[in-house]
Order: sequence, then structure tokens, then C-alpha cells
Amino acid sequence: MADKREITVTINGQAQTAEVETRTNLADFLRHELELTGTHVGCEHGVCGACTVLVDGAAVRSCLMLAVQADGHEVTSVEGLAAADGTLHPVQEAFWKNHGLQCGFCTPGMVISVAAFLKDNPNPTEADVRSAISGNICRCTGYQGIVAAALEAAETMRQEG
Amino acid sequence: MNEMSNKWIGQSTIRPDGAEKVTGRAEFAADTNMPGMIWGSVLRSPHAHARIVSIDTSKAEAHPGVKAVVTAQDIVDFPVDTPVPLGIQDMRWMCRNIMAREKVLFHGHPLAAVAATSEAIAAEACKLIEMEYEVLPWVIEIEDAIKPDAPILHEYLEHDGKPSNITGTLEHKLGDVEEGFAQADVIIERSFTTRPVHQGYIEPHACLVSVAADGKTTIWSSSQGQFMVRAMTAMLTDMPQSDIRAIPAEIGGGFGGKTIVYLEPVATMLSKKSGRPVKMVMSREDVMRASGPTSGSMSTVKIGATKDGQIVAAEGTFYLQAGALPGSPIRGAAGCGFAPYNIPNVHSVGIDVVSNRSKVAAYRAPGAPIGAFAVESVLDEVAEALNIDPLELRLRHAAREGTKAAHGPTYPLIGFVETIEAAIEHPHYKAPLGKHQGRGVASGFWFNAGGESSAQVNITEDGNVVVTTGHPDIGGSRAAIANVAAELLGIDYRRVSVLIGDTATVGYSNLTGGSRVLFASAMAVTDSAGQVITTLCERAAKIWDIDPDAVTWEDGEARPAGDNAGQFEPLSLADIAAQATQTGGPIGHGAQLNTTGAQGGFATHICDVEVDMDLGIVKVLRYTSFQDVGRAVHPAYVEGQMQGGVAQGIGWALNEEYIFDKDGHVDNPGFLDYRMPVCSDLPMLDAVMIEVPNPAHPQGVRGVGEVPLVPALAAIANAVHNALGLRFSSLPMSPPKVLAALEMPEAAE
Repeated sequence: MADKREITVTINGQAQTAEVETRTNLADFLRHELELTGTHVGCEHGVCGACTVLVDGAAVRSCLMLAVQADGHEVTSVEGLAAADGTLHPVQEAFWKNHGLQCGFCTPGMVISVAAFLKDNPNPTEADVRSAISGNICRCTGYQGIVAAALEAAETMRQEG
Repeated sequence: MNEMSNKWIGQSTIRPDGAEKVTGRAEFAADTNMPGMIWGSVLRSPHAHARIVSIDTSKAEAHPGVKAVVTAQDIVDFPVDTPVPLGIQDMRWMCRNIMAREKVLFHGHPLAAVAATSEAIAAEACKLIEMEYEVLPWVIEIEDAIKPDAPILHEYLEHDGKPSNITGTLEHKLGDVEEGFAQADVIIERSFTTRPVHQGYIEPHACLVSVAADGKTTIWSSSQGQFMVRAMTAMLTDMPQSDIRAIPAEIGGGFGGKTIVYLEPVATMLSKKSGRPVKMVMSREDVMRASGPTSGSMSTVKIGATKDGQIVAAEGTFYLQAGALPGSPIRGAAGCGFAPYNIPNVHSVGIDVVSNRSKVAAYRAPGAPIGAFAVESVLDEVAEALNIDPLELRLRHAAREGTKAAHGPTYPLIGFVETIEAAIEHPHYKAPLGKHQGRGVASGFWFNAGGESSAQVNITEDGNVVVTTGHPDIGGSRAAIANVAAELLGIDYRRVSVLIGDTATVGYSNLTGGSRVLFASAMAVTDSAGQVITTLCERAAKIWDIDPDAVTWEDGEARPAGDNAGQFEPLSLADIAAQATQTGGPIGHGAQLNTTGAQGGFATHICDVEVDMDLGIVKVLRYTSFQDVGRAVHPAYVEGQMQGGVAQGIGWALNEEYIFDKDGHVDNPGFLDYRMPVCSDLPMLDAVMIEVPNPAHPQGVRGVGEVPLVPALAAIANAVHNALGLRFSSLPMSPPKVLAALEMPEAAE
């Protein structure tokens, strides 16, 4: 039988304790155990970026991290990005308004990656943005709307301070 | 429709499904769960080609946690001697594709499936299935598959009177090519190859199926057509369609690859046997190995012209890999390649070749980019030989209203000439180029499709609007349909809610494919909304006690048609809805149409590249596409189609390819080794929309989704030729191949 451990992870601001198989990765833990299905799994080997979440504020591919490794850490998934009252994060708002998505499958990972990037780089150039999101694959858009959304979100976040 | 009066058509309105998608709430196929749900896993062939001697599932069935096992015995067998067409598919092949019968035909071919209480147990149990094979020689590449001594995949399929891997041909003829070439002063003939490439949707195939005790079945899945899922599942599991409710999940990309089923009939049988809801999700590796990449190809194109610059004859032969079972997109390659041009003598042949790789599925303008790559590369050489600007050569021969195409039609009003003229005038075409940089152009055509679509337009009790259509929304079609409905009803688009119905709640609608969704569904919505407006006017007439003919619908209100009709305050949608019960009941109408008048799409592309002479990397510096988009109902999503298609073309031309190892296995079945373009690989992709409204459509819509990919391969290859003086006739132009060609120019071929 698979080895199990008890872990406590703060997910989107709430501490959650669960018993997980040690082989369970963070993406499956979020999706299957916690039903946080906004974290999407596209490639299972850390290339497409659809499963990106924040772990202690840093963007991480949840398919490459075991759930047990998140024990004692803070995880933010796309469901936890908006404010408690439902107000969208400026990055979410900008993706929606700038048509930064077609099918929307890569979107949660893109949104998380951009949010993490802008926190550290509040005043990026277009080239900076293109480089920053090159760890996330979008097959639909050719990335134009995504780049526009990231630049607009940066502007909004600068104004909001 | 008078364009000037349009309020919503032509606006890039905010998409109705956006909030759910940026917050992660949208439900894709793998996101749905049910109480008691178990997991299905597929046992796949370890061989590229083998006869199945025996299959023993007893150990898997006895494994703790296993609830059901399914093999080909549980799937309906359509005998190979009688075609069973369903759309462009043949169920003879489909039943063998979803579960191997008699033989395994490619590495990854499904052999059996297990449902168990966890994904891990199901996968473990698959390994307990005992298989005995007679391993056979295999063949993957076209040139090997058509050799006389090649291993034969299907002994019962014959060509020229003997068993063959050539399983179909198609021919288009116009005029007499021999006479044409006799008049030519310049004749260029070249051969080309392209590799299989995958559609690359980020969402793997997934489904959840629940079969109730009475056989009533619910399927949640990601597909390009819930009605296709219903029909194929019904046929493959011998169930009436009325017992199946196929619910379209949000779809995480398809590009043609989700126009057939892989998992749904298997999950249905697992659910039927286990009595439990069954979920199945493909791994990325399964997607790459066993779903349909498009064809690899081998083509020869010959074009002849007089020295004063008239093209007098053109000939093409296009061999396309079908994969394990017949049915490659030869129609797209042989039909679209020469379609943009007015050439008096054309002979174009497509040849379907089966081989031991997974069966092809459609990929954005299936076959057309392959045809265009060859034709547009040769045209470039013809222009060079004649010393004519390549766009000027295309302009001189551009198809226009009245041109007879080799694949059949005489064109109605089309905007191809406009795309070339716009390209010639665009600053991009005149911009200076630096060292190791080059510019290429190419044009392309795609048929576009009409066909069956249904829509229902209902007025809510508070006077708002719900529109239900039957096509999965893959690129923003709900937003465009909201624009159309808002325009017709004269209300704000935010008062229109657009939903995709399931097979039980909306009338039959054909696939999301063929660039047909907005074309066809806008027609069904226009018909339905027209009936709704007639009813609204009747209700107003009743309230005012005047003749319905004396009422008109303007700006979202019923108004007396003129002074003779009487003096009444206008009645809004909300006013009429509030009195609906008293005036005749609920207000809503539907339409179920078989739409016609979808006219072809044309595009012209300009591409600039720079070649890194040390590393062999081709970098696209600037890209501008010009397309006749008919009427851009939602411009942002039309641009999105144009940019997305070009991005896929850049991947196909420069990096993407299936690599097979010495055992006939796909050697790069993941995104690490199958390299699709990321943002830093691409420049800003400029999209120039040219609107020549389709006169056969109420809003002027022409399909826009597929043609953006068609010219891209050739535009890039022509740019590389312009930069290096080397013509790559073999894709992809990946760094190792470019480096080899820089050292030894023959390597480009």
C-alpha cells in the first residue's frame, strides 16, 4: 500500500490538514482532494505551466512538487487570487478585458505567473513580459492579448500602489 | 445589413465566459466529479505493428479495487467490407481506432481498459492483462510505406489490384496540363516533405460518463461537438442516441483534434459494466502517441509560365500519411494548393497512405498548409526566374469573382485580390532588411463550411435574452453570438446570455470545425431572433389593439409603424415580457438550419526572418497577415484566430515534428521535446483584417479560423530562402537542419 502522511498546508489563506499518499503531487492534491480544479494539468512534466501556483509567493509548477513538500507552506491557487469580496485581481481583470485568452485552459497558470512576475517587476517592458511568460504555453492566441493584459495589469498595479 | 447602423457587430465586447476562466471556475472536462465515481485507465500497445494472438484479462479483473474491464469485444465491430460513414469519418475505422481489433497498428494503440477505485489501481491492473502478440514488421514514413515490399497494414485494402498501403486517391482537373506546359518558357518542378505535427491543445482529452441502471447515459467531455460525441458513442456501444445526453465541457483547445472520440465509448462501456460513473483523463504522453497529429507529407509541384509572366499550367501530387487507418486530408492538400489562382490548366492529385502511427485527426485547415507549402514555394521560384515581384505575380493570377477553381466552384464575391493589394501597400513590405535577414510572402485558401446548426432565442420574464446554440465555444464564439443577438434585438449585449446547450437541450448542431461556428450559428440566431421580433410586434399590437403589420421593432422597442398606426408610447422588451402571460404566453423561438453559402477564405502573409549563422536558429522578426474576414463581428477574436494560426504555422515550419525511434515509437511525446512556440519565440503578430462581406450571409460572415495557418509554412520558407539563398523543401527548418544546410546546401532538400 502506498505510504501516507498527514500534512497541513495553508491554501488560499485557510489552513487545511489532510492525509495524502506521498506520491501525490501538489496539482493532484489541489484538484482531487480539495476540488480546486482551477489549477489545470496539461503536460505533467513542468513545461506547459498550466498548473502554476504560488508557494510562499513564488510561482511553482504544482505538477513537479509533491503535496508533502507543501507541508507547512502557503499555497495560492487561481481560486485564491481575487479579493475576499470577489473583486478580481488586476491581472485577472486585465486578462478578461484585453482578450488575453481564447480557450482559457492555460489562463489560470498564465494569470498566476504574471501576478508573481509583476510583484517583483512592477515596471516591465514588453520584452520583459514576453520573457517572463515564456514558461507558460498558450496554443490559441499567439500571446498578443496576454502580453497586452500583463502590461495593462502592471500599469493598474502601479497606480494602485 | 447597413454597416453604419451597427452598434454591437464589429465591437470587441467583453466575453461572457471570461470571469469564470480567469478565476478558475470554468469547468473543463477533467474538472467534473460524481459521487461513487471510479477511474478508467487504458492498456496500450507496446508494438508499432503486431497481430493480437490472445488477450487474458482475468488477473486484472480479480485485482482488488477493479470494477470493470473492457476490450474490443465490448465495442461494436463494423465489418471492414462495408463503409459506415459518419460525417467525414468511417465507423469501420473508428471502432478499430478506439480499441485495437485483430491487429495493433501503432505504438500506443488501445487494447483494453480497466476501471478501478483509483487512477493508480486502474493503471496497475492494466499491467496484469496478459497479451500474446505476433510482432510484425512496421512502416511509418510515406516513402517506405509505398514501396512494393512494404509491410501491409490492411491486407483487404487494395490499390491497382493488390494489397497496398495506398488507401485512397483524389484528383482535380481543369483544362489540359500537357498543352499548358507545352506553352511554358519556364517550368519549375520541386519535391517537398513535411513532418507530422500535433494540434498541441493544452487540455488533454478527458471525460466523465455515467450510465444509469436503465441505460440512460450522461457524458461530460471536452470535444468539438457534443452531437458527434453522442452519435459516435451510440454507434460504438449500440445504444439509441436518445439514451445519451452529451454535455459539452469547456474545451481547452482543439484545432480539429477533438472532432473524433477516443475515450467516451470506452468510458461508457466501463460505466455500464461497473454500474459506477467513470472518469478518464489522457496523459500528455497518451495524447502525443495516440491522438491524431496531422499527416506527414511528400509532395511534388510543377508550375509552368510564359516569359511574359503568365502561369499556363500547374501540377501537384500530394502524398499524405493517414496513420493507422485510412482518411488523411488529401482534399485539403490537393484542393486548396492551387485554389487561390486563376490558372487555365491544373492537375492536382492527393494520395492517402496508411502507416504505423496513430490515425490522423483534423488540424486547422486539414491538409491545406501542406499543399500551400509546396505550391507557394514553387511560385516563389517562378517569380524569381521571371524576375517579377512575388506579390505582383500572385496579384496577376489572383482568383476573383467568376474564377473557376480546379476543385470545382466558380467563386462568388471574394476578397483575395484585396489581401494582396493590402500587403503590397503595407509598410512592412517596404521596410529595410539587415544582414542574414530575409522576407517571404505566401497566400492561402481554405474551403470554410456551412452545415447544420440550431439555436433557441428565449425572452426571460424580466425582458432579457437567453440564446442557446449547439457548438462548443473554442475561440470566443459566445461573445460574437451575443453581439449578433444584441444587434438584431436592439439591446445592450450585456442583456444577452449565450449558452452552449447539450444534446438534450438544443437541436442538432454539427461540429465546431471547418471555420463554421459563427457563420452557421449566426444564421440560426438571425432566423430565431427574426421570429422573436415578429412575436414581440404581435404582442405589442395586441396591447395596443392594432394590426401587427402596423408595428415595427426599432432600437429594442415596439413602435407604431407610422402615424396611421396610432399614437402609442413605445413598448420595450421588458414591457412586453411583463405582459407575456396575458398576451399569449412565453416568448421564444428556435431554428434548425442546414446552412449554405459559406464561402472560401483567403489570406496573404508577409514574414521577415533572421538566421543565426552560428546556431542555425531562424528567428521570426516581423509577421503581418492579411485576410478577407468577411465581416468581423468580434474583431478581437478574429485577430486572435489570425495570430493563433500564424503562431502554429511558425511552430510547424521551424521546430515541431514527430520523431520516431528504431522501434517505431514516438520519441518525443511531451512538450519538453516536442517544442511549440513560447512567447519569446514570437514577434508581435500583426493582423490586418480586410472586410469583404459575404453576400450569402445576413451579417456578411466568412469563416476565419483556419486559413491563417495555410500560408505560414511557405511564407517562412520563402523568407529563409530570401535570407540565405537556400530553399528548404523539407520541414521543419530546425537549428540542426539549418546548420547542416549552411555547411552543405544539398541538406536543405
